Amino acid sequence: MAASTVALSGRARRRLPFSPWHLVLIPATIVLIFPFAWLLITSVETPAEALHFPPILVPHHLDLSNYPHALQAEPFGRFFINSAVVAVVTVISNLVLCTLAGYAFARYRFRGRGLLFALMMTTLMVPLQVTLIPQYIITKWLGIHLLGAVGLNHIGSLILPVAATAFGVFFMRQFFRTLPVEYEEAARVDGASRLTVLWRIVLPLSGPALSTLAALTFLDSWNNFLWPLIAVNQTDQMTLPLGLATFQGAHSTEWTLLMAGNVMTLVPIMIVFFAAQRYFVRSVAATGLSGT
Amino acid sequence: MLFGVVPIAWSAIMSFQRNNLFSPNTPFVGLTNYRQMLHDPIVGQAIEHTVVYTALFVPGTMLVGLFLAVAMNRKIRFISVYRTAAYATMAISAISEALVFIWLFDPSYGIVNYFLNLVGIPQQPFLNSTSQALFVIAIMTIWGWTGFAVVIYLAALQGIPQALTEAAAIDGAGRWATFRRITLPLLSPASLFLVVWLTINALQLFDEVYLSTSGGPLNSTTVLVYYLYQQAFGGTSFNFGYASAIAYFLFLIIIVVTAVQFRVGRRLVHYRS
Repeated sequence: MAASTVALSGRARRRLPFSPWHLVLIPATIVLIFPFAWLLITSVETPAEALHFPPILVPHHLDLSNYPHALQAEPFGRFFINSAVVAVVTVISNLVLCTLAGYAFARYRFRGRGLLFALMMTTLMVPLQVTLIPQYIITKWLGIHLLGAVGLNHIGSLILPVAATAFGVFFMRQFFRTLPVEYEEAARVDGASRLTVLWRIVLPLSGPALSTLAALTFLDSWNNFLWPLIAVNQTDQMTLPLGLATFQGAHSTEWTLLMAGNVMTLVPIMIVFFAAQRYFVRSVAATGLSGT
Repeated sequence: MLFGVVPIAWSAIMSFQRNNLFSPNTPFVGLTNYRQMLHDPIVGQAIEHTVVYTALFVPGTMLVGLFLAVAMNRKIRFISVYRTAAYATMAISAISEALVFIWLFDPSYGIVNYFLNLVGIPQQPFLNSTSQALFVIAIMTIWGWTGFAVVIYLAALQGIPQALTEAAAIDGAGRWATFRRITLPLLSPASLFLVVWLTINALQLFDEVYLSTSGGPLNSTTVLVYYLYQQAFGGTSFNFGYASAIAYFLFLIIIVVTAVQFRVGRRLVHYRS
């Protein structure tokens, strides 16, 4: 201990035993994770401890009762299942439909292709708010006249409007256009059908693009709020963000309860995120690099 | 098509109609909805708040992101821990984020006020104050977008060949000069992307406002999308026509701002050939 103090003073001061960047990064990291930490701490405090001022940074004992209380107040398990179903189905349908449509735009010449593509690019630029109200009316109509499962107040209504996004189609088309067309032509000459070519030749080369699309679609779906807020107001059909917002509306000052609910909302997505961090980071970086 | 092209045209038509719950049919009323916007004081306020918020959020997120990315662009111990801490903010939803920050910034029991007390600053009302609420919302969204900005800047930084910065160092350029004259210009494509992307998102701010302030106090955080939501779905009147006009106005702003940014950006951005 004394030796290191000596080393720090005097001439050797320039050569710290560690990179000086740690002195920047450690405080920055503390600020970044503090909201997460405080969220966790509050969720295991008693209400009295949470409302204590000055705040109690380290609670004396773990009070886990907030969790069952939060579960009693709102069905977070149900919200989680709804979120998971919506996210997984949305990801799968985007992978399938955007691949098919993107491939068609990239490789086939068909009448109206230019017009269709231009229309699709237009929808890519239009913000969600512009389409929100007609989407609401269409969803309401579909639910009444066609199929209740995709109407208002059903999780189907959270999937159908984003089952194939213009972004996904465009993204896959751009990717397919980077692939050499020769393999596909050779397979066609050998008598393979178009779908066989797509399935056997193109898809095995498309892993990175598909995982990027899957990661971005998943995060978007999981964290979506505005559309679920408008389309769903029945508790058993709510997704996690909507359920959490409803929970907050009903218990706006019961902080320990709210934070317990928030932890339950966050833990699943955090597990998924850390498990697949590489994919998420690469996907986000890819949108940035393609935009530059 | 049903959820893409049709709604775009439909809401354009609706913006020229009188369309709310109280009108049995939907007569065309020309530019009435747009004219009403000109005379609606809340629309003026909402535009102002949206602009102020964007002016706080976009540069704030970019500076934080750039600073952290530069600090994290090196191979030192625990670097993956630091990076993961920044990335983690990407996974959190706006609702979870807002809920935590309402608690952190609670006027009576929030820990931020406690820290302020420690350095001798009196308790602040934060989200209950007409002058502070929008700033608090900017802080929470900057935190929420930090991971995104770090990822974009780190990817761009890692694309810069070390030979360039080393050459500058050999030529006698100091660290700061190297950063300003070499690194920053080479990052400009990433910066342009972030400016455009973050601005589009800032103009569409909604989730955090909905959860933390509901546009208040006294409309001080009412931004365009929140007002649109209020008009269409927030009350009992379902003013679809008026809300559609606001939506198209927002769309127009986004197109113009993005076009200007690309125009200006083209002159400032250095693309490596």
